[in-house]
Amino acid sequence: MKISTDRCVACGNCIPVCPVGAIDIDPSIRRAVVDQERCVECFTCYRGLSTEHLNPTLVRTIRTVLGWVRVRFDPEPDVCPTAAIEPQELSWPRIVRRAFSDPLVPHESTGIHGRGTEEVKTNDVTHRVAEGEAGFTIEFGRPTVSASFRDISALTEALAGAGVEFEANNPVTHLMTDKKTGRIREDVLDERVLSAIVEIKTTMDRVPEILETATEAAKKIDTIVSIGVSTRCDDEGRSALEDVLHDEGFAFWRGKTNLGLGRRPQVTRAT
Amino acid sequence: MTNTLHRYGAPQTLADDYIVFAMAARGVNDEGSVEKFRTFLEIARRHRPVNLGDATQGGVYRASKKLNPLAHWFRRDERDPDSLVRNVNQPTVVSAVFDNPESLEGFLGDIREADLGLSINISALTDRADEIARRAGITRHSVEYSLGFFGALDKLPDRATLTLATMCGHGMISFNFAKKMIDWVKEGRRTPESASTYMARFCTCGIFNTTRSCRVLRDCANR
Ligand code: SF4
Ligand code: SF4
Repeated sequence: MKISTDRCVACGNCIPVCPVGAIDIDPSIRRAVVDQERCVECFTCYRGLSTEHLNPTLVRTIRTVLGWVRVRFDPEPDVCPTAAIEPQELSWPRIVRRAFSDPLVPHESTGIHGRGTEEVKTNDVTHRVAEGEAGFTIEFGRPTVSASFRDISALTEALAGAGVEFEANNPVTHLMTDKKTGRIREDVLDERVLSAIVEIKTTMDRVPEILETATEAAKKIDTIVSIGVSTRCDDEGRSALEDVLHDEGFAFWRGKTNLGLGRRPQVTRAT
Repeated sequence: MTNTLHRYGAPQTLADDYIVFAMAARGVNDEGSVEKFRTFLEIARRHRPVNLGDATQGGVYRASKKLNPLAHWFRRDERDPDSLVRNVNQPTVVSAVFDNPESLEGFLGDIREADLGLSINISALTDRADEIARRAGITRHSVEYSLGFFGALDKLPDRATLTLATMCGHGMISFNFAKKMIDWVKEGRRTPESASTYMARFCTCGIFNTTRSCRVLRDCANR
């Protein structure tokens, strides 16, 4: 993301809005600037701020005059008054930042169609996770902390060491040079993203071991790791995973409940 | 795709937060799903949701790209659920947020009846979701538990900020902006309602719960 030095009036509204703190006012030019290393191309500033399209010269003059009499205007906090924020053309490898950080952008640049996999949310239709199995979503960088692929690779390599199989149709898996080692390709290791989700599936008896591997590896990296575990319930709606997680000492009370109302379309045959 | 799994809060602070979303499996039952998504949203509207969203187009609260300066004093309520429903035009994830179990139960009953064939998920306290679904005559199929945050926990802010910021699971509501809103409400510069609206505009999927955020902001101001 870029900020136009012609249009910016240094009101500062965009500074707190950036999830990763990449925007600041440069006092030498009295304009907001984006730290390109920190910026994860999430488009929050560009899309989330409303705009007014005011004339920058007029706004600067008014602000200067008000400043002389020590009056500070209290602007709407979600507005860029002069529409100064401008997206920039992204090329590889920087383009992966946006693919992982902007929820409105599909993942085509990473070789995956759409926004990634559907986890347990369509399990009633795909039957991806069966009874007696557990699906894991291991997410890096959220909430709003961001992560580098170097950190992500450290954890995926630890998981690969435990012999897990990564979900094939997942954007992070697509960036691995070798799914057996979990190593992420070299040219994206220094790219930062707002979030990336790794998905794996195991049998229920391996849940304690996988959780231990993931939580231990999470201690060695410089970001937040959020973990979700899922399973298929039995016909009565009971979840065998609950006992396993209780036994392992995890506190959990919130999650997603798939109601099982989805279905595959009926195949009609001519004969 | 919405991202609701890791909303932060102790169980007693999540009793007014139920997100229901509908989606189709890509390449399996997504063909012809657009009208079903619209129906989901229309049914949800009958049960007074606090927010609605289409993950590819945005929520009912949105930024405006052509405000005039008078917005500083008189800002129009730009929520337009009619056009949100009308503009669903591709397979997506649609969502509705409810702030009480009665609305959720009524909605689930109607959704079961409508038999859309889409995958319907509730993101909420898992025990409550199971109990309310059973009351509506539905036995759950699968469940995913949030085990919370691990790793560099020193990067996380205070509870109130984390509660507000994680109501956009994609991280579009920054900690600093949530903190700023808490401060502005404490200082009397904005009401909890208007501070909640500012934050909701950043959540592109429309899953931000304004009832819950008002409660959190009020608690902060009264502390
Ligand atoms: S909100 Fe707009 S005018 Fe204000 S500092 Fe940011 S870019 Fe500049
Ligand atoms: S695109 Fe996102 S990370 Fe980059 S400056 Fe804007 S808000 Fe910050």
